Amino acid sequence: MDSRKIKTWAWVHKWSSLVCTVFMLLLCITGLPLIFHHEIGHLLGTEVEAPKMPANTPRVSLDRVLEVARAQHPDRVVQFVSHPEDDDGLWFVTLTPTPAPTDDFKSVAVDARTGVILAQPKFDEGFMYVMFKLHVDLFAGLPGKLFLGFMGFLLLVAIVSGVVLYSPFMRKLDFGTVRREKRPRLKWLDLHNLLGVVTLVWLFVVGATGMINTWADLVIKYWQYDQLTTLLAPYKNEPVVAVGERGSVQRSYDAAMQHAPGNRLSFIAFPGTAFSSPHHTTFFLRGKEPFTSKLLQPVLVDAKTTEITAAPKLPWYLTALLVSQPLHFGDYGGMPMQILWALLDIATIIVLGSGLYLWLKRGNTVPARAATTAAPATERAPPSASGPQPDPAPAMKVQA
Amino acid sequence: MTTHHKAPHQSFWRMWGWPIVLGVLTTIGLITALFSDGGVGDMVAWVGLGIPVLVCAWYGWRRSPRTGSR
Repeated sequence: MDSRKIKTWAWVHKWSSLVCTVFMLLLCITGLPLIFHHEIGHLLGTEVEAPKMPANTPRVSLDRVLEVARAQHPDRVVQFVSHPEDDDGLWFVTLTPTPAPTDDFKSVAVDARTGVILAQPKFDEGFMYVMFKLHVDLFAGLPGKLFLGFMGFLLLVAIVSGVVLYSPFMRKLDFGTVRREKRPRLKWLDLHNLLGVVTLVWLFVVGATGMINTWADLVIKYWQYDQLTTLLAPYKNEPVVAVGERGSVQRSYDAAMQHAPGNRLSFIAFPGTAFSSPHHTTFFLRGKEPFTSKLLQPVLVDAKTTEITAAPKLPWYLTALLVSQPLHFGDYGGMPMQILWALLDIATIIVLGSGLYLWLKRGNTVPARAATTAAPATERAPPSASGPQPDPAPAMKVQA
Repeated sequence: MTTHHKAPHQSFWRMWGWPIVLGVLTTIGLITALFSDGGVGDMVAWVGLGIPVLVCAWYGWRRSPRTGSR
């Protein structure tokens, strides 16, 4: 690699990182508590749990559960109903003013065995909510998501360019060298390179899956357009099925579960919502194996007749989205995995911070850099960077 | 980087050997946890991600008496 190429890569690395650094620092910092959101929820007492009852306790009908929830918010419609992942003793019913996607939702937790309201958890306030919104969309909805997705893309560019620059910087150093006894800038440069290269794969995966997650809304819209259009042709021009005209949700649920035995319910999307059609109640089922439990099988049930219309196979792009999610969240290998995720997140913060520091202090190295490959051991500047170029390795950008 | 006195092949492994090993460990860790349900798979994942974390801590924190370069 000649010095012109190195300069080009250094330019790419500098600008891709500088533009996304502040946002990546924000994502790393807000992501840290999110790794432990379940545990924090337990500590704060905001996590709802169903009281223990024998496993064979009879369950109330889903229709009853909906009735109870609707009575709390008669002016709203039910969008989704779900079980918590590890507890089928309760139902969460999400109610909104209209079926369209919105941040204005109320949640009612109903005991699945007694039909008693256990709580009305507020998911739209408090510390974790602020962390979540800052992490996901900066309180700006879809544009906010897509903006953060673009920052994620810049991060990936910064990682790739950082890898290219690793070799000219480390050519004469052993792996893991941190020159602490020299000026602070060298120490931070070495730390930047070391932590950057060690966390490389993890950061790339978390960055890429985070970027993919920002497209979730669009991907689901595309799925409806791509796959549901044909299924819905017979229902064309019909309005969203009114609540009064709908058949029993319990019967629909039984039909869906019978259609795909051996699965568990993930959530139910009601007619007119983003995950269903105007004419169907859609049941999203997941498998019981570690891997299949991350995938979803939609079963569309006619909301009026409660008969199954279709169970389309999930297209590859939704499968990719679902598989990418645990790789971003780090919540799929037990508590040690969460702790490692947090430590890698902290390492990333150091990489980001040191990159920023190296850029701010960039003027300092110019004189020393004049010496090229013949540089004495005292200051090993990258051999390639000749001339007045300010700084070849300003910041390897990163996020989580 | 033609000025290096070592053969290109050798210096490639010298520079990239450890980063590649750590990258492969990370990849194994990330993927095995996807297919595991507690048990051995999770432990493989912990080791796969744990070693890179330890490497960060070891080289990042220790106060090395060496000059750090040869």
